[in-house]
Amino acid sequence: MVHIFKMFDKYIALDVNSGCVHVMDKLCYDIINFMNVKNFAPTSSEARFKLIDDLKYDYDRTEIGEALDDITELYNDGLLWSKDDFKVATDLKKNSPIKAMCLHVSHDCNLRCKYCFADEGKYHSEKGELMTAETGKKAMDFLVKNSGKRKNLEVDFFGGEPLLNFDVVKEVVEYARELEKKYDKNFRFTITTNGILLDDDKIDYINNNMGNIVLSIDGRKEVNDRMRYRADGSGSYDRIVPLFQKVAESRNQDKYYVRGTFTRQNLDFSEDVIHLADLGFEQISIEPVVCDEETDYSLREEDLPKIFEEYEKLVKEYVKRIKEGNGFNFFHFMVDLEEGPCIIKRLSGCGCGCEYLAVAPNGDVYPCHQFVGHEEYKMGSLHDDKGLNQELRSGFEQCNVYTKPKCKDCFAKFFCSGGCVANASLINGDMKEPHKLSCEMMKKRVECSLYAKAALAED
Amino acid sequence: MKRIKTLNSASLKESACKGGCGECQTSCQSACKTSCTVANQKCESNK
Ligand code: SF4
Ligand code: SF4
Ligand code: SF4
Repeated sequence: MVHIFKMFDKYIALDVNSGCVHVMDKLCYDIINFMNVKNFAPTSSEARFKLIDDLKYDYDRTEIGEALDDITELYNDGLLWSKDDFKVATDLKKNSPIKAMCLHVSHDCNLRCKYCFADEGKYHSEKGELMTAETGKKAMDFLVKNSGKRKNLEVDFFGGEPLLNFDVVKEVVEYARELEKKYDKNFRFTITTNGILLDDDKIDYINNNMGNIVLSIDGRKEVNDRMRYRADGSGSYDRIVPLFQKVAESRNQDKYYVRGTFTRQNLDFSEDVIHLADLGFEQISIEPVVCDEETDYSLREEDLPKIFEEYEKLVKEYVKRIKEGNGFNFFHFMVDLEEGPCIIKRLSGCGCGCEYLAVAPNGDVYPCHQFVGHEEYKMGSLHDDKGLNQELRSGFEQCNVYTKPKCKDCFAKFFCSGGCVANASLINGDMKEPHKLSCEMMKKRVECSLYAKAALAED
Repeated sequence: MKRIKTLNSASLKESACKGGCGECQTSCQSACKTSCTVANQKCESNK
């Protein structure tokens, strides 16, 4: 499978199975397009004949011949229309150990963000439930016990707002450090916070103990404050920006993210990314909102052209700033074409329900943070010895890009790994049916990230 | 080859034999928490 597209002045081809990215002139692009549409291999003499006939009014014959030779060479080298021989690697999630956990240490929150998929941080349970240290420690025991030979174990403190239960966070970290020594593991902690309660002590603690911190902010003040406000309606922007700047600087502009959400109400979200970059942030992630389609801020199919335009606008500015020496990272434009993840990682998906689990404040275990509170997806509890629901687990084990009909034929599959299973399950009611709108945006982001590579590679 | 510039090697094919150690970061633990982007994750196996 070869995916071709044009963005700005670049003609780009992605050979899906080798991962090779080629930048070319319009003639080569037209030839590849011809081969794709007619389903020809470039080596066939019929293809050669028909191609010349097809393109003879637009191009010189010798040029067509030359271009075709180049394409044939890449084909023979396995860099275009290369074979898919990865299906053998799909069974790997069976009995995989558990290595990552999202700990919902607080379902209470000091903000009332409108779109919070966590329903004001309360999720679907009692208001403001906090995790006890005992449950947190049990979670660590459970993780270590089920981690098999995995050395690196990841724990994200999530909420609600985890800083509302920071003493428990610290206790759990200390406890895990003891386990680490005892069982030869390496814990990596991360925390996701709205920032309201950050202060110097907490920043110090986080910097000393956590490998990543995700700071929630949506961008421009009016955009942020329209969605992210306190119970009394006052916006969070003025409070969090200086704190976030402090965090970013204290971590040398590395190993953190400012992370926001865009909705139908700020479809011009490239402005928000740029705004964050202008505030001095170098690690930025802005994501499309995931919510009930009935709300006035949900993204809809009719918004896609505008969203695509924004991603293009953003990638242009992204490239420009990198070239000028004042670049920033945008989470979805970062791809490492040489040293990226292995194919096995790329086809197996996020690992939810298998190597990744989420734990609610009361000790209930779910496949991932987005499933928390959805009873039908509860996999078990840390407070009994019944273990996890294996039937549920085996459904997740079978999720990979080859078991989802749409993903199998998708050019973005090895960048995306098959989409968010929670969106598929909770929106479409079928974990093998990815959420269409998310797919369209994902594919656009992949194209933009490849464009960025092409633009940055030019002399 | 004067009309085509190839940006990278066939890295996916190469990764098939040495991959799958499972030591790298779970994608949703990194930043987004809502989507399944993997291409920007770092591989941690010894190369
Ligand atoms: S660390 Fe590298 S080889 Fe191991 S699973 Fe991750 S991407 Fe694959
Ligand atoms: S973009 Fe959609 S169809 Fe393509 S791999 Fe991702 S989830 Fe599957
Ligand atoms: S199901 Fe979605 S939200 Fe959950 S871990 Fe996977 S990608 Fe992330």
